[in-house]
Amino acid sequence: MHDLIALTPLGARDPRRDHHLGHSLIEVTDVALASVAARLGREADAAALVATVTGAEAPAPARATASAFWMGPDQWMVEAPFATHEDLARQITAQANGAASVTEQTDAWCRFDLKGDRLADIFERLCNADLRRFTGGKAVRTAIEHLGCFLICRSPTHVSVIGPRSSAGSLHHALLTAMKSAL
Amino acid sequence: MIINHPLLGPRDAAEFVYKGDAALIHRPDGMAPDALEKFIDYGYLRDNPAGEHRELWFHEQGDRSWLVVTRNTLTHEITSVELARDVARREGRSK
Repeated sequence: MHDLIALTPLGARDPRRDHHLGHSLIEVTDVALASVAARLGREADAAALVATVTGAEAPAPARATASAFWMGPDQWMVEAPFATHEDLARQITAQANGAASVTEQTDAWCRFDLKGDRLADIFERLCNADLRRFTGGKAVRTAIEHLGCFLICRSPTHVSVIGPRSSAGSLHHALLTAMKSAL
Repeated sequence: MIINHPLLGPRDAAEFVYKGDAALIHRPDGMAPDALEKFIDYGYLRDNPAGEHRELWFHEQGDRSWLVVTRNTLTHEITSVELARDVARREGRSK
C-alpha cells in the first residue's frame, strides 16, 4: 500500500479558512459527492432512489435538500459525510437496480462555504444568480470567474460554492477578492 | 437577450450557446439507401428565414439542458421555449 498524503483542492494538508469583517470563507473537504442520472424511461424510479438514499424527496428543479441538489432534468447530486461514505457512488449503485447511472464525483469538485449577513453583496459581483431572492434550499448552476459552479443557498446567510477542483485556486481567489471588495 | 427557460425561469442569453437550426434533431438514418443525399442536406443545407426561426440552444453555464427556442430573427422576440427532449419525443424521436 502506498503511503500517500491526502491534499485539499488548494494543495494543502488542511482546509483553507479565511475571515473578513464577520464573514467566513471555508474550504470544505469532508463531503462525498455522487451524481444520479435517470435512465430513459426510469425517471420516477431514479427520483425514488434519491429519496431513499437521502431520506427526503428528490429536489425539484433548482432546489436542494439537506443532502442532495438538482443538477439538470432527471439528474441530481447526492452529498454525504466523507468519513462514512467514501464509496458513496458504490453504495448508491447497489440500490439503483438499473434505474440510474451513478457517478463518483467527490474529487472532481472543490467546495467553499461562505457565511455572513451580506452574501448577496458578494455574489452580485461574481455571477448572474440573484441571491437576494434566494431563501434556503435553492441550487443553481452559474458561471463564476468563467467557471461553471453550483451555487447552493442553504440559508440566506450560508452559501456553498461547488466548482471544478482543477480550478480551485482561481475560484478561491475570485471569492476572496469579491468578499474583500464588497464588504 | 433573456431566454425564459421552461424549468429555471428567465436566464441571461450569455449562459447559453447557440447550436443551430432545430431541424438538427432529425438526424437521418445512416443505413438508408439514400443516406448520402440525406446527410448532405442535413449537414449543409439550411433555411435562412427573415422572421420566425426554430433553433437549438444549449444551457452551458446552467443545467446543461438543450432547448428549442422559437425566435424572430428580425426582432429577436422569443415566442416559445421548450425542452428539446420534449419536442423530440413529440416528433417521434425517443432517444
